[in-house]
Amino acid sequence: MSGDTETHAHEDAAEHPGSLKEYLTGFVLAVILTAIPFWLVIDHTFSRTSATVATILALAAVQMVVHMIYFLHMNTKSEGGWSLLALLFTIMLVVIALSGSLWVMYHLDENMMPAGTHGIRDMNGMPGTRDMHGTHDMHDMHDMHDDNHDMQ
Amino acid sequence: MSDTAVSSEYYSRQEHVPENATLLGFWLYLMSDCLIFACLFAVYAVLGRNYAGGPSGADIFDLPLVALNTSLLLVSSITYGFAMLAMNRNGLAMTQIWLAITGLLGAGFITLELREFAHLIEHGAGPQRSAFLSSFFTLVGTHGLHVTFGIVWLLTLMAQLSRHGLNPSNRRRLMCLSMFWHFLDVIWIGVFSVVYLMGVLP
Repeated sequence: MSGDTETHAHEDAAEHPGSLKEYLTGFVLAVILTAIPFWLVIDHTFSRTSATVATILALAAVQMVVHMIYFLHMNTKSEGGWSLLALLFTIMLVVIALSGSLWVMYHLDENMMPAGTHGIRDMNGMPGTRDMHGTHDMHDMHDMHDDNHDMQ
Repeated sequence: MSDTAVSSEYYSRQEHVPENATLLGFWLYLMSDCLIFACLFAVYAVLGRNYAGGPSGADIFDLPLVALNTSLLLVSSITYGFAMLAMNRNGLAMTQIWLAITGLLGAGFITLELREFAHLIEHGAGPQRSAFLSSFFTLVGTHGLHVTFGIVWLLTLMAQLSRHGLNPSNRRRLMCLSMFWHFLDVIWIGVFSVVYLMGVLP
């Protein structure tokens, strides 16, 4: 009886989804979606970098969906919907990891960059007592020199 | 008779459980692999512009070579699909031929990538040069390592097929490798878009 269930499971697994038409459709779409971003970058079509970046990312996202549907045969019914659920959960984690990292690290760079002009301005404007003393001393020395000049 | 009744009850109770447990399990592995790549992409996104006075992406990336690499991987994806279609028709010889073509295309991809890496290291743009290059080598190298293991797996399955033919176990293994191979192509979309194409932009 257990052997019977074994073969049943194997027979189910042996039926691979997908047809020639599906693979060819996916391939043509993938070629188009790959050629466009390469052409945009090599040809410098957009003068603004942000426009090129946005187009590249959008086309990459579309191509990933094309691969998922036509090559990996994703649909709402495969494995009783579990594979789609796992995929959606993974996409959520990926979005949190990527956007979270970029958000935190961008702000960290902004606030902690030692060579940034922002930081230097703050340091100059800082009312540190040691600096104040230093400048006072220098002024005093200049005054002394001036005094000596006057005396001579 | 009672035995049959029990077994039919057993089947009906099991119906809502996914029938292809191996394929679902392998899919879950791929999703966890996806998280590894997400972390490496996040590292590259954060560090990708820290050149430390070294070369930038525009200096070192050879886009025609990347385009060639991309097309090798994309064509290998569809040739693997043809192998699966041949498997569905029970054509053992055609399955083997398409698998061999897929393996050769994958090997071509790895060869070009290794040549690119060797060229960079030779010209002092190795992974220790800057944070940008460290994250670049880690991300692209991890993908290349996956493709390498995919080729090893593919050769193993070709040996299995020539020994045991298209039996149910080998069919299941071929379908797992199919998911792995297509998954690597999906990751490569992210690599060529984020690393190479966005890397050469000012």
